[in-house]
Amino acid sequence: MSSTDTQIMITLRIWRGDANGGKFEDYRTPVAEGMVVLDAVHRVQAEQANDMAVRWNCKAGKCGSCSAEINGKPGLMCMTQLTHLPLDEPITIEPMRAFPRVKDLVTDVSWNYRVKKRIKPFKPRKPDASDGTWRMGQADVDRVQEFRKCIECFLCQDVCHVLRDHHLHEEFIGPRFLVHIAALEMHPLDTEDRLPELKEANGIGYCNITKCCTKVCPEHITITDNAIIPLKERVVDEYYDPLTRLWRLVWPKKNPNDV
Amino acid sequence: MAEYETHEHDVLVIGAGGAGLRAAIEASAAGVSVGLVCKSLLGKAHTVMAEGGIAAALANVDERDNWKVHFSDTMRGGQYVNNWRMAQLHAQEAPARVHELEAWGAVFDRTPDGRILQRNFGGHKYPRLAHVGDRTGLELIRTLQDHGIHLGMEVYMECTVVKLLKDGDRIAGAFAYYRDRGRFVIFKAKAVVLATGGIGKAYKITSNSWEYTGDGHTLAYDAGADLQDMEFLQFHPTGMIWPTSVQGILVTEGVRGEGGILVNNKGEQFMYKDIPDLYKNQTAKDPEEGWRYCQGDRNAQRPAELLTRDHVARCIRREVNEGRGSPHGGVFLDISWIKSKIPNAPEHIKRKLPSMYHQFKELGDIDITKEAMEVGPTTHYIMGGVKVDAESQMSRVPGLFACGECAVGINGANRLGGNSLSDLIVFGKRAGEFAAKYAKDKGAPALHNDQVEEAARWTLAPFERAGGTEGPYQIQYDLQNMMQDLVGIVRREDEMLRALEGLGKLRRRAQEAKVAGNREYNPGWHTALDLHNLLTVSEAIARSALVRKESRGGHFRDDFPAKADKFAKVNLVVRKGPDGQMQLEEVPIPEMPEELKQIIKEMG
Repeated sequence: MSSTDTQIMITLRIWRGDANGGKFEDYRTPVAEGMVVLDAVHRVQAEQANDMAVRWNCKAGKCGSCSAEINGKPGLMCMTQLTHLPLDEPITIEPMRAFPRVKDLVTDVSWNYRVKKRIKPFKPRKPDASDGTWRMGQADVDRVQEFRKCIECFLCQDVCHVLRDHHLHEEFIGPRFLVHIAALEMHPLDTEDRLPELKEANGIGYCNITKCCTKVCPEHITITDNAIIPLKERVVDEYYDPLTRLWRLVWPKKNPNDV
Repeated sequence: MAEYETHEHDVLVIGAGGAGLRAAIEASAAGVSVGLVCKSLLGKAHTVMAEGGIAAALANVDERDNWKVHFSDTMRGGQYVNNWRMAQLHAQEAPARVHELEAWGAVFDRTPDGRILQRNFGGHKYPRLAHVGDRTGLELIRTLQDHGIHLGMEVYMECTVVKLLKDGDRIAGAFAYYRDRGRFVIFKAKAVVLATGGIGKAYKITSNSWEYTGDGHTLAYDAGADLQDMEFLQFHPTGMIWPTSVQGILVTEGVRGEGGILVNNKGEQFMYKDIPDLYKNQTAKDPEEGWRYCQGDRNAQRPAELLTRDHVARCIRREVNEGRGSPHGGVFLDISWIKSKIPNAPEHIKRKLPSMYHQFKELGDIDITKEAMEVGPTTHYIMGGVKVDAESQMSRVPGLFACGECAVGINGANRLGGNSLSDLIVFGKRAGEFAAKYAKDKGAPALHNDQVEEAARWTLAPFERAGGTEGPYQIQYDLQNMMQDLVGIVRREDEMLRALEGLGKLRRRAQEAKVAGNREYNPGWHTALDLHNLLTVSEAIARSALVRKESRGGHFRDDFPAKADKFAKVNLVVRKGPDGQMQLEEVPIPEMPEELKQIIKEMG
């Protein structure tokens, strides 16, 4: 470490345990300027608790592996600076609550991967430019690019009360996958129709727009306003608007290539 | 053997970054059964850290670009010790692979006429990098992931392979453990594709995460394959250096592509002080011309900041060593200065480099639209890897393939930025295609119980060392410090001999390392097992670097600072000898065909 580092002692209060239960344990460890929560956890792991489980990868806020609840607030451990927390009292670190616990700070997030697999994949229209590709304007892809910034940290899933408090994992896909569907539905080339599932199997109606997901998104994706509300509007237009329903009676099926 | 969970696949892909995913997609599309094993969760691999873009001669921004220019740039960047056939295939096939990503849902930044936008990067003659702001790697991995999961491949997450299994000479599968419960799992496979990435964790300052411990390199080496060019290591010139805890995190070359300049503490744009002969004709005469190039002036040459990474890293080190560094021992990288050139510069910077803006704001409390960043070299990428056939990506072990960073060939002595993402998709596809073909042609191999039991014993050994007192972390730190100090950016014979001696001692310590706790998600145990891989690749790097008595690309010798003709004609290959010791051989580079020589000549 460089000589300009000044170190102070702090206390990390880390949840240790597994699916059967566990408790918080306190660790005293020295920290220096600029350190993030993950650095302090690693130091404890290397020096005091070699077998402490923590999931991490890029340590730069790009992979979304190190999600946890820090002083009760869901966040990425690698992007939470210690100096932004009160260091004169213990810092509590616990695993995400919306998912089953595996060990210590690691949770079982496999449900998310199963949900994604159920969502209909991207289905582009036929290439229509002379070179066998497509043309798309930057303005037409800006919104989709916002959604595609998602690093799949699942913090939005963690704070969503439908999942966290009501455990409706079988009926509601959660904000992450509504963003995923929005990215597909608003993709200028996509021709698939995902509205029937959105209304039924994906349970978009469960979202009551409390915007907790938007607040925790480390990528600052405007999840509720830009992704979920427009999808809700599409569902309403499709299924509840009387004119559209009449239209569907006359022209029941849309041709995906007729865009 | 019955007690272990066993899965059977035609093709087993180990590693699920860009290369592994692309290989798994191609093999699945060929109709064979595919297993994809990843050490982390799916979609988290180091590919997400690739920021700047994918190099492909699409010629969307400058119509003078084509595969021949890309090929020539790649060979020049690699100082002509590349596998020329791989460099050729890469340049020819990259555009089709990029268009394919678009067909699978990738959303690249656009040109005004709606095509894929391309940006400037070091060593590339024309704007060539297809990109999405500065998060291109995330776009690539997510596109491949979202496409791949619908093709029927089986994904095994948080699963680490410790040994490859063989049936006679040919590959037969792999022995692995699940990280969560520590249970063992056996994969029986006709073909295995290694796509495990790099070795950055052998060094203290690195852009790589915990995963990059040279697994594929070591699995292949232990299974009898050759490793080549292990002395060529890329130190990315611009890693974060302050605060200390973020040391090594990457700052994309895209900053310089967008007009960012490197400045020392005297305010000098020092990159203009030393332009290598090989690049004299391609480099701007002064900063003004460099800026015009970044603004798209077709008559201007590229700025000295966009010289190749090996050279930029050494120039930064020189400035620091000669007392012209920044307060925390690096130099300044400044993009904020463009506000004197263009209106709305802060908005422009945030749009072009959003994750850099974010990263410095959150981790360093620095607003890059207003002030300069402090940067210094960080261990980023290894050019060396498993030696494979250029067309099929198969190693000398029948049925064992390798692609991406853990394979060798396309990059030579130095990789150009942007060529790794294209390498992943070009050779990932080839590896998947030829592995599937191999699997279709061959019958099932047999698994041998003695190999499985031996692997199981080896994997559990760290729990059973009654006499051991030391945990694995201190050994890993000591290794990282030693490699950083003795086999780093600038190398000397006496230091590398000390490193080899040190590696012997570290290996003995690693064999005694003891772990606490049980098998459930136990990082101490995982670290103890990874030490074998780190020590193996470190030895390969040190031995190769010792023999190459010249300086070329990512390999710089203080005691032999010039290039030597003798070494221009050879690659260094290491393999495991019959006695279990590492052997090294100088292997002549095959003669380049006349047509390729002609291309290089024409491109000047």
